[in-house]
Amino acid sequence: MSKERVNVSRREFLINTTTIGAGFTLGLYLPLSNNEAVAAEKTAEATATEVPEVNAWVVIKPDDTVIIRIARSEMGQGTLTGLAQLVAEELECDWSKVRTEYPTPGQNLARDRIWGSFSTGGSQGIRGSHQYVRKGGAVARHMLVEAAADAWGVPMEECSVSDSVVTHGPTGRTTTYGKVAKSAAEMIPPNEVELKDPKDWKLIGTPVKRLDTVDKLTGKQVFGADLRLPGMLNAAIKACPVFGGTLKSYDAAKVQKLPGVRAVVAVEDNAVAVVAETWWQAKTALDALPVTWDKGPNTEVSSASIAKMLEEGLSADDAFVGNEVGDAKTAIKSAVKTVEATYAYPYQNHATMEPMNATARWTKDRCEVWCPTQNGEAALQAAIEAAGLPASQCDVYKIHLGGGFGRRGAFHDFVKQAVVIAKQMPGTPVKLLWTREEDMQHGHYHPITQAKLVGGLDEKGNLVGLHMRISGQSILASVNPSWMQNGVDMFTFQGMLPEGDHAISYGVPNLLVEHAMRNPPVPPGFWRGVNINQNAIYIESFIDELAYAAGKDPLEFRRKLMADHPKNLAVLNAVAEKAGWGKPAPKGVHRGLAVCKAFASYVAACAEVSVDRQGKLKIHRIVAATDPGYAVNPQQIEHQVEGSFVFGLSALLYGECTIEGGAVEQKNFSSYPSMLISEMPKVEVIVMPSGGFWGGIGEPTIAVAAPAVLNAIFAATGKRIRQFPLKNSDLRPA
Amino acid sequence: MAKLKINGKLVDVDVDNSTPLLWVLREQLGLTGTKYSCGIGLCGACTVHIDGKAMRSCTIPVSTLNASQEIVTIEGLSADGSHPLQQAWLELDVPQCGYCQPGMIMSAAALLNANPNPSDADIDANITNICRCGTFNRVRRGIHLAVDINKRGRSS
Repeated sequence: MSKERVNVSRREFLINTTTIGAGFTLGLYLPLSNNEAVAAEKTAEATATEVPEVNAWVVIKPDDTVIIRIARSEMGQGTLTGLAQLVAEELECDWSKVRTEYPTPGQNLARDRIWGSFSTGGSQGIRGSHQYVRKGGAVARHMLVEAAADAWGVPMEECSVSDSVVTHGPTGRTTTYGKVAKSAAEMIPPNEVELKDPKDWKLIGTPVKRLDTVDKLTGKQVFGADLRLPGMLNAAIKACPVFGGTLKSYDAAKVQKLPGVRAVVAVEDNAVAVVAETWWQAKTALDALPVTWDKGPNTEVSSASIAKMLEEGLSADDAFVGNEVGDAKTAIKSAVKTVEATYAYPYQNHATMEPMNATARWTKDRCEVWCPTQNGEAALQAAIEAAGLPASQCDVYKIHLGGGFGRRGAFHDFVKQAVVIAKQMPGTPVKLLWTREEDMQHGHYHPITQAKLVGGLDEKGNLVGLHMRISGQSILASVNPSWMQNGVDMFTFQGMLPEGDHAISYGVPNLLVEHAMRNPPVPPGFWRGVNINQNAIYIESFIDELAYAAGKDPLEFRRKLMADHPKNLAVLNAVAEKAGWGKPAPKGVHRGLAVCKAFASYVAACAEVSVDRQGKLKIHRIVAATDPGYAVNPQQIEHQVEGSFVFGLSALLYGECTIEGGAVEQKNFSSYPSMLISEMPKVEVIVMPSGGFWGGIGEPTIAVAAPAVLNAIFAATGKRIRQFPLKNSDLRPA
Repeated sequence: MAKLKINGKLVDVDVDNSTPLLWVLREQLGLTGTKYSCGIGLCGACTVHIDGKAMRSCTIPVSTLNASQEIVTIEGLSADGSHPLQQAWLELDVPQCGYCQPGMIMSAAALLNANPNPSDADIDANITNICRCGTFNRVRRGIHLAVDINKRGRSS
């Protein structure tokens, strides 16, 4: 009786929510013809069938297809598959029938952020949402089983489920999720569900294949740059190359009659765009457009002036403290031996293979944007601001990303531009695509820093004190000042912090880590790995320097400092053992080590390199270990670790944006190279999840790539490289 | 106006003579599998086959092409995604973001056309596509696996 009453009230609830539901359906509906946008079509897949969702995370069709909603963005890192595994584990569904779709950020807002954060950065995709997405799966399972039990008129406790099939134990009757999904949608979700004990996981921890591969092999996968909408025009854009400069004037008449050109428009205060029938026409006309810039206040800024600014910070009085143990300065003063070194790390571009782009359609009532983004909600915010419309009249449809690496997360300059252009042509969808040159010159660059390190050793070669002074750019001061704590950017200290996701790997009796903030007028950004990249180079190279100064083996020297860091030590030992540290390497081959904790995971690498007499470097082999706590998909972790070496070593070998006249000098891959397959070492990956915590995967290993190679180069040549990238260094053996 | 043979079909395209093949494929013919990334023939994302050879379509003006040349794009590599490289790529889950992969696969397919059993050194010399996600080691394994798939196909 009471149950019936509950069901009645549930029905009333449903009637009330139907209105929202209808809005939801409209929100997910994309007014595109079927062939125009495969990606967008996928987004609408669930609602097109008119199947009600079981809950926000799960929709099940009558044919047992399971659609799992994914809030974070897939950009190659495999999070789409990993998150689906988490939901499916608790849902107990048939994995072979799992599909995924993105809800829109507009719907997330309308539904009180039911899907949580859309932000896909900081290696947070899985570790930041594992709890609530698994709960989503478990709640849906409960409702589906309850619906089956109700239909049979049996207690739910007598039913079990596996691979989307519900079985009533006593009678052996079975049904499938597809058959009960509609009635399950009317069940009241349980308030509490128990998540599985990790030892009972069947899908989490298995190397299932990615869900998004097939279309990437045939050209069918639609990326943002590939989107085609009916009646769409194309835009090419040029912003003032000097940071802080503005658009002064342009002579539209000179290009208006060129083939296909429809409009020449100013975009915000610093850019001009040509809109044409095709992008090639738009780009051709833009190249021919006479433009004058007001170059603004930064024309005297250069790499040399920035270096000078940072050098001053190395010994300046003003500095924030990120980590302090004991009295490092005194300990160093009284040390038997001191070692001092200064390192410098350059600006770098994300250089995603797919240049920045966004497609926008604006009318006085509605603004819609289709774009590759790491954070749909931030993209929506950018669209709302540029559209001048209420949030409820704007939405963003996420399209597959051709790389992100942090460029498409905190920054949606390309979205704002697309909306500003579309706003000048109401009703017409306009796709804005940057040239590679625009992408290279208008990045949000890996911040520039220098670091001076001083270490003191006692008579036995023990490290008694370490002082690290970082001087350079804060990302937060530029991008998100509200995240700073009393003016301090704690992100600057990644890898050197006393505790947390980016804690230092060593127990140093007297330690002082400081940051003198120096912010040149070049926009910094979060760049895959962020500040751990250079900090790991600084500390891991310098620990090596100290080991050699102490006359000790770099592995033994590290081990002695890691007594209180067992997980860091475990990954270090794992790579040392597998690489054969301490045993002879092949002739001419030398080894280097690096270890760190980043994004809550423990990672280490041992690199094997040779350097010939002409100074030519060959990286032969890298052994890498990762302890991410729980390994949701070991195969995808291997991919990310392998890929992290390409990203980290490309940065080490070639990554450098130089500044002259207030502008970035590099314009394309010709001056900003990326490593090729011929330079790629063999990578052996050890995935060693120790359980009990959730660490990130996409970024941590990048941090150990460069220092492991640098330490091996020292072993090979006796040269300690402290300025990057390596292309600027003479590696001929000393 | 240009007449081209794309994926076995003759097509007429009405574009300015200087338009690169890449943009004819993408904008006139809707074949967006061939990607734009650098625009200067360096990164390989725009790789297609012209008479079986890997060519970078972003720097080839349409005026330099004629209808006797067989142009093949990723969409035309196989009818159903069954080219040995596509099978191998699927087996090894090669792509990450996937943006460079059509060009990577077309470069690898041209290599196999010329050299059915390439060594690692052959791969190093011929595959010069940029991949920022870092799929290189799986690309290498994928090419070797495709050779095995080819051999199995011939012996069965």
